[in-house]
Amino acid sequence: MASVAAERPHRFGTAPSGVVPGLAVTYLSLIVLLPLAALAWETQRGGWSTFQAAVTAPDAKAALQLTIVASLIVVAINAVFGTLVAWVLVRDEFPGKSVINSLIDLPFALPTIVAGLTLLALYGPLSPIGVNVTYTRTAVVLALLFETLPFVVRSVQPVLLEFDTDMEDAAGSLGATRPVVFRRIVLPILAPAILSGGALAFARAVGEFGSVVLLSGNVPFSTEVASVHIFSQIQSDNPGGAAALSMVLLGLSLAVLLALGALERWGSKHDR
Amino acid sequence: MTAKHALRFAALGYLAALLIVPVGMIVYRAFSGGFSPVWTAITQPDAIKALELTVQIALIAVPINTVFGILFALAIVRFRFPGRSLLGALLDIPFAVSPVVVGFTLILVYGQNGWLGGWLVHNGYPVIFAVPGMVIATVFVSLPFVAREVIPVLREIGTDQEQAAATLGATGLTTFRRVTLPAIRWGVIYGVVLTTARAIGEYGAVAVVSGQVIGQTQTLTLRVQSSYENFDRTGAYAAGLELAALALVTLFVMNLIKPRKESTHGNTRI
Repeated sequence: MASVAAERPHRFGTAPSGVVPGLAVTYLSLIVLLPLAALAWETQRGGWSTFQAAVTAPDAKAALQLTIVASLIVVAINAVFGTLVAWVLVRDEFPGKSVINSLIDLPFALPTIVAGLTLLALYGPLSPIGVNVTYTRTAVVLALLFETLPFVVRSVQPVLLEFDTDMEDAAGSLGATRPVVFRRIVLPILAPAILSGGALAFARAVGEFGSVVLLSGNVPFSTEVASVHIFSQIQSDNPGGAAALSMVLLGLSLAVLLALGALERWGSKHDR
Repeated sequence: MTAKHALRFAALGYLAALLIVPVGMIVYRAFSGGFSPVWTAITQPDAIKALELTVQIALIAVPINTVFGILFALAIVRFRFPGRSLLGALLDIPFAVSPVVVGFTLILVYGQNGWLGGWLVHNGYPVIFAVPGMVIATVFVSLPFVAREVIPVLREIGTDQEQAAATLGATGLTTFRRVTLPAIRWGVIYGVVLTTARAIGEYGAVAVVSGQVIGQTQTLTLRVQSSYENFDRTGAYAAGLELAALALVTLFVMNLIKPRKESTHGNTRI
């Protein structure tokens, strides 16, 4: 404890030391915690049976299932292609690479509703290549793939940049084929980064709304995802149902993010 | 050699199909009828109103979140108090909550039957289905960016210079203004760019609390959706194009700032 105090003797001079943390806590409480407390309150108001009934209602259940399955598919695809893109951006050289590299962040910068509109232009009813995915579950997967593309790329890229090719060369010179080198050397090194990018992508995907809403058609029991279902529950003035499903979504992404945080702390404690 | 080409082809093909061709298509679609319909759509009174409202909301939300983001980062890095690490964990919540859920929780607090809503409406300050609610929603979803960018910079620069300033008799505020702020400025600017992009582009949370009164509570993102659903394709593409242009500017500025930011500290995650 003494060392901690010695490490930080400076507290911005004469300002009372509680002011800055006090303001920060108050602000977060007002903006974020108060609304979440209201959600928790609304969820528990009807009791456990109401919650259970709301979550297991056929349309809510279908929406939740679609959301979770589509998110898992999307994470799997983007884990593979995100790693591939990161690999090509780090190890390969081709003209225009730096432009491609900065375009990776486009899904983070582009408003979600515009992302939906963008995908509609190519994969909608007026598709110039004759591919129309609207009103199908493929549309949900496509929209989520777009929105979560940067996560795995951006978490794998720095790891690839850091580790050099010595080990791969050594393995190669000892007669290992390229697939073996990838599976036995590259993949184990990249695995934590792929996992962390995938977890962030999953947390994002389960709550996604804007990019899905135009593309999927929002057909209950078929293409309606959980966030759209919550939206329609709010519109039809069913706060209990909206609260129950909101709580499930919130729980899902918080659980994934907390698990990821714990994993990262464990990782940094045990190696490196 | 061929394996390398195959990998490159697969990666670029994926990016083209998912990202590059669709974004190109929206530009092509918007201008397929020539330039003048797009201009007419953009300069329509309702479209201008939507742009104005989008800018207005961002002008309120971004400064608030910038000030509190810096405050937040200072609290977490430079102060010791009970619950400090919990505060750090709670900061990421807005990234974990679905935008629709954000809007819904605000209705539960500020709506007609909400915790504070009844009193607010009674006193003539409606929040939900009005601009204040849209501002609060935008503040919620864009809250963590500045703090997330500034925290690593503050850790990196350490307290040596701040202590020196304090030793020489500078007050806390002077030390912050003359020593700390100049040192963290690129982190702050990067955070402001991300906050602005998110504030301008927010759709889900704003859609829930806006009530979508055209010309009054319709932002650009809401206009994209309502135009599209009313079969006004040109209007939707025009508004989408404005937002896409802003996104490209954001990307450009991000790339401009990144090297300066990284010269002061290591890599950060978005």
